Amino acid sequence: MNLHEYQSKEIFARYGLPVSKGVVIKSLQEVSGACKKIGGKSWVAKAQVHAGGRGKSGGVKLCNSINEVRDFAEQWLGKSLITYQTDEHGQLVNSILIEELTDIKDEIYLSMVVDRTSQSVAIIASAEGGVNIEETAKNNPEKIISIFLKDSNISQLQIQKICLTLSLNKQQSEQMDDILKRLTKLFFECDLALLEINPLVIKTDEKLHCLDAKLNVDNNALFRQQELAKMHDQTQEDHREATAKQFDLSYVSLVGNIGCMVNGAGLAMGTMDTIKFFGGNPANFLDVGGTATQERVAQAFKLILDDPDVKVILVNIFGGIVRCDLIAEGIIAAINEVGVNVPVIVRLEGNNADLGSKILLESNIESLSSLEEAAKKSVELAQ
Amino acid sequence: MSILLDHSTRIIVQGITGSQGSMHTEQALSYGTKIVGGVTPGKGGSSHINLPVFDKVEEAVDALDANASLIFVPAPFCKEAILEAVNADIKLIVCITEGVPTLDMLEVKQIIDDKDIFLIGPNCPGVISPGIGKMGIMPADIHMPGRVGVISRSGTLTYEAVKQTSDFGLGQSSCVGIGGDPIPGSSFIDILKLFESDTNTDAIVMVGEIGGSSEEEAAEFIKDSVSKPVISYIAGQTAPPGKRMGHAGAIISGGKGAASDKILVLEECGVLVTRNLLEIGKTTYDALNS
Repeated sequence: MNLHEYQSKEIFARYGLPVSKGVVIKSLQEVSGACKKIGGKSWVAKAQVHAGGRGKSGGVKLCNSINEVRDFAEQWLGKSLITYQTDEHGQLVNSILIEELTDIKDEIYLSMVVDRTSQSVAIIASAEGGVNIEETAKNNPEKIISIFLKDSNISQLQIQKICLTLSLNKQQSEQMDDILKRLTKLFFECDLALLEINPLVIKTDEKLHCLDAKLNVDNNALFRQQELAKMHDQTQEDHREATAKQFDLSYVSLVGNIGCMVNGAGLAMGTMDTIKFFGGNPANFLDVGGTATQERVAQAFKLILDDPDVKVILVNIFGGIVRCDLIAEGIIAAINEVGVNVPVIVRLEGNNADLGSKILLESNIESLSSLEEAAKKSVELAQ
Repeated sequence: MSILLDHSTRIIVQGITGSQGSMHTEQALSYGTKIVGGVTPGKGGSSHINLPVFDKVEEAVDALDANASLIFVPAPFCKEAILEAVNADIKLIVCITEGVPTLDMLEVKQIIDDKDIFLIGPNCPGVISPGIGKMGIMPADIHMPGRVGVISRSGTLTYEAVKQTSDFGLGQSSCVGIGGDPIPGSSFIDILKLFESDTNTDAIVMVGEIGGSSEEEAAEFIKDSVSKPVISYIAGQTAPPGKRMGHAGAIISGGKGAASDKILVLEECGVLVTRNLLEIGKTTYDALNS
């Protein structure tokens, strides 16, 4: 679960990390009050969306008057910001963070992430901070240092290595020591999957300062991170994907005309691959999960049919935990409830598949046990 | 023979009295699996599905001489459940539960890494050795005793691969779903090692998917250390790149993780990759009969 920059900075402040004085606004009326509260004559206005690359897309602006801040807010509030990290629809801007100005001498890149390869939490740092960090990673990997934590203890040696790579002087190194220890504590206490500061700046007064903050919380840990869970901003998700989540379905919309309903993420991807293999185009990824109930199957049909491009629906169920007869009943109930007006091709295999097929047949729905036949038939009907 | 689960495996089920625990214990028993008891804190001394229930794993191990545990407890309690099994000297732990916090698994992993323990999962279908028994949620009837070892990160996709090898009359020595979480108990490599030294396994099917780099690491291992034919399918060849947040994921993966990257590395290392999901069985059959 992603957090906004302003939310991330609230948490940073709580952990004693250096962040800018700032106020978040959600309407034009709040602009003037926010600027006055921060003080000064110049401000930085930053559109709050769950994506990076905002600066390159006009989502961050240095403003020299309250009117300029208001113009920026008017330009973005309620609009979508498209960056190279979003899809083509962009992300809705419904809040703007206004901050005091920071005098920047140098920019550092610093992040922490759960790393599958090393089976640890990696801390990644580079003196080449800013927007081109991925280029640096590709072309000058020696300029990036990664250290790996197996638990919430960061050693002095690891801290020294990072400071050395970043060429920090004694005063800066002392601050970095403190920042790294606080970030590590934060990462483990808040069950994070990702923490990124890009850039962490060295100010003209030599102080280290977190100019940006991105946090992603492990979804599996939200049950014990209730306070963070409440910060979730649903507007940052595709509305169909958000609806899907409410019903424990995993849905991603795609450009195609064959709706897919599958149990299991791997098989759902495999089904999409198979449709493509036979010359068709899947309209979506949809995993109904291991404990698909009648209600969830009905919701899944609704989601798929919400996409006007869908010409045929391929249901591919390999029953392990889920019983095919329950799925069959769900399909029939859903078709009656939702009013499905496109052909539905069902492939049932595994747990109680024969019983499931019999139930479908009684309602005049044909089911196949071969995925090949089911995929070919779907592709044919979608043409 | 088989790997992990054989005739000497005596299994307890942690979370046996829950709905999932009950259902899958019954199914495993009817398949002939040697489940000897269960553990549910607070229900010790009772009996469930004609099996004795204990409060603690240690008590169950002492009373029943169990050496394996199948875990169905809810995600918030999985870390403690796994560690309890570890401390009771259980050598094979299979955790089915999905949704275990990643940092819990990081902690568990540090503890089991220097011990002689196999942890499979979490978030996986489990382990089955056809004809011997099953520790998991897979439908038993698609399996048949045979020559192919199956390893997979996915659940239902594993069943697809299994069924195809059965349809070709090859059968399976054992099937292991390692799960798709960021920090799994066992990796592809851990299981490849076991299949390589298992005399009853003649070929290995490895089902991977996009994300992470465990398939690439497995490919290097196969090149150097696996003599048996390895057949692979990678799911997600047509998956579009997802929305993302920040750069850290891209930096740490070196921009890799797409199906095409994985297929390339696997093929370079001598793995027989099928791009068609429906040809896993045929590719395996051909590899064994060429």
